Amino acid sequence: MAREMIFTRFERFWHWTQAFLIICLMITGFEVNGAYVLYGYERAADLHRLAAWVLIWLWVFAIFWHLITGEWRQYIPTTDKLAAVVRYYTSDMFDPNASHPFKVGRLSKHNPLQRLAYLSFNVAITPVIWVSGLLYMYYNDWDAIGLGWMSLLWVAGIHTAASFAMLAFLIVHIYMVFMGKPILGHLKAMITGYEPETPDQT
Amino acid sequence: MRRSVFSRVLGLALVGVLIATAAGAETQVTTADHRKFEALDKRFATGPEVTRACLGCHTEAAKQLHATTHWTWAFDNPVTGELLGKKNVLNNFCLATATNWPRCTSCHIGYGWKDDQFDFAREDLVDCLVCHDTTGTYRKYPAGAGHPAYEDKTFPPGNPKGAVFQAVDLRTVARNVGKTSRQTCGTCHFFGGGGDGVKHGDMDSSLTMPSRALDVHMDKEGLNFTCATCHNPKGHDVPGSRYAAVAKDVDGFDRPSADYKPLATCESCHGTRPHEDHAKVDDHTDVVACTTCHVPAFARGGVKTKTWWDWSQAGVPIDGKRVIKDADGYPIHHINKGAFRWDADVEPEYFWFDGTIDYTLLNERIDPSGVVRINAFSGEAGDPAARIWPFKVMRGRQPYDVQNRVLGVPHLFGQDETAFWGGGNFDWGKALEAGLQERGVAFSGEHDFVESVYFWPINHMVAPKEDTVGCNECHSIGGRLASLTDFYMPGRDSIAWLSIAGWGLVALTLLAVFLHALMRIVVGLRRT
Repeated sequence: MAREMIFTRFERFWHWTQAFLIICLMITGFEVNGAYVLYGYERAADLHRLAAWVLIWLWVFAIFWHLITGEWRQYIPTTDKLAAVVRYYTSDMFDPNASHPFKVGRLSKHNPLQRLAYLSFNVAITPVIWVSGLLYMYYNDWDAIGLGWMSLLWVAGIHTAASFAMLAFLIVHIYMVFMGKPILGHLKAMITGYEPETPDQT
Repeated sequence: MRRSVFSRVLGLALVGVLIATAAGAETQVTTADHRKFEALDKRFATGPEVTRACLGCHTEAAKQLHATTHWTWAFDNPVTGELLGKKNVLNNFCLATATNWPRCTSCHIGYGWKDDQFDFAREDLVDCLVCHDTTGTYRKYPAGAGHPAYEDKTFPPGNPKGAVFQAVDLRTVARNVGKTSRQTCGTCHFFGGGGDGVKHGDMDSSLTMPSRALDVHMDKEGLNFTCATCHNPKGHDVPGSRYAAVAKDVDGFDRPSADYKPLATCESCHGTRPHEDHAKVDDHTDVVACTTCHVPAFARGGVKTKTWWDWSQAGVPIDGKRVIKDADGYPIHHINKGAFRWDADVEPEYFWFDGTIDYTLLNERIDPSGVVRINAFSGEAGDPAARIWPFKVMRGRQPYDVQNRVLGVPHLFGQDETAFWGGGNFDWGKALEAGLQERGVAFSGEHDFVESVYFWPINHMVAPKEDTVGCNECHSIGGRLASLTDFYMPGRDSIAWLSIAGWGLVALTLLAVFLHALMRIVVGLRRT
């Protein structure tokens, strides 16, 4: 059986650059929030702004790419096999003979649970972060754009709350990287682009 | 070899020409050489005689000066309606000017203000020389009511061990008048409060010839600004008075085509968004005064400033001594004045300031149970007129009338029998009664001491940009702005409940992941 590329070169570039930037944003962002002192406020805030702009441009590219290639359809939620996937992660997977109920392919690279998770990441967490973050950055121009009634406390609070959600997401995401069989399978896929062959399936 | 000698000689010659040109340029800007004026080529017995000679040509000068606060020591605050100026305000240094005129008016730009009878209309009583001397030899005698020493004298008067004030050569001084300088302005302004650096903290004799590190604009080897470069006088009226402070200059640059540019705010030259390469810093200029970041500390020039003055300790010798000095020679107790504290390299205190200052004036009721704010000011976060300003906060204890609840103004200076430092022999009752009575305020006879504060906005000793207050010094927990809690500041503030909830969520997620992993391991082990 010929191996099928799941993640194209652009997707892998996008994924890892985004991963690096988001981790950088978290390290600097939680410092700005006062959780610890690492770079000092000035450098942390500078790096945070820089990483944010790079990520924004990466997103502009990525959205463009998704629209052009039609890959945005990968995030359309479905309930098909959703229950089975949930059951797999919560109980079936402890059985070494059990296999994942969902077969990854070029046209559906995310299982139903992933679709749901990434969709909420894309339409809930990230927009809140972008909007609150840009408002935070342009705090001085609020009056000029008629937003003088807003409070920095609230904007910062919403930005922070979304960041906590992002961090929780990241923890689960990183853990689930190692849920493949073999254990490093998913990681390899995101590096090489190819899922390991699973001859026992279909 | 020969060539290198030649080029050296050429180089030296070039340097010589440059120096000569620079020196020439200095004299070429004026069209009048005062040494050639016959009116000045004579022996002057007194200051007013010199003034009359000056007025012979400068016909409007005295009239101009008569209209200024420098002359009247009175300032009618258009915002608060309060009558201010040295003649009217109280402070917690020497407390008040009235009844102590000859001592205080040694910093008046006039001659002879020794009591209430001073004639403010007399043009020849304007002292031209104190501001326009270029010889550095003209000094007003400390108890001369504005006159210099016309014969050799010591201060304190009659004390042979005191400081020597030589008779001033008025002819030489008059023939060498010129523009004001850091030294002429500093003659009074560096010595406010009775000594070098005592009062302001950001102005002392170290600014006469400052280094770049002390003041980037007045740097003697750099820009070499004088006071008047920024406080650009208009017909002898000097802009930039503390009594009508501009807490926020929203106009920015002075209009280049304007006939007259006051230049007294930083923004007059630098604009409102001067940080070319750092927009985020520019984003601060609407809420943070320039000097808040650009004056990291005051009293940086090696001269200490007084930060505490406790009048209740006056009149009492300690261990039989009239004066006790610290290791650096600064008095920490003086029988005439009480106990002092002095500090150098002082980090300012920061407050929101909208430019409106409300003075506790004579005969204004105070609350002696707390600290009396002699010059209270307003401003808070969100107030479009206010910015965060640096201040020297002068603290001390001063006498007040217990029953009438007003600040006391003692008669300090003089030889009469009510003068605290003179015949009164440190009798507070006599001194306060005389001082208050002189100004038409009744004294109940019962006095005590109350703690007070006086706020001095910091504007000078502007550091080079590499020494400015960095972001982290405020955007951190326990930083410079720790006491200003009425706004959200990134790096300092966070929402406590949100942090607890957020990190709680993170902890629960980690726990869930950990348990899942543990189950995988346990189940895996059991199967094998």
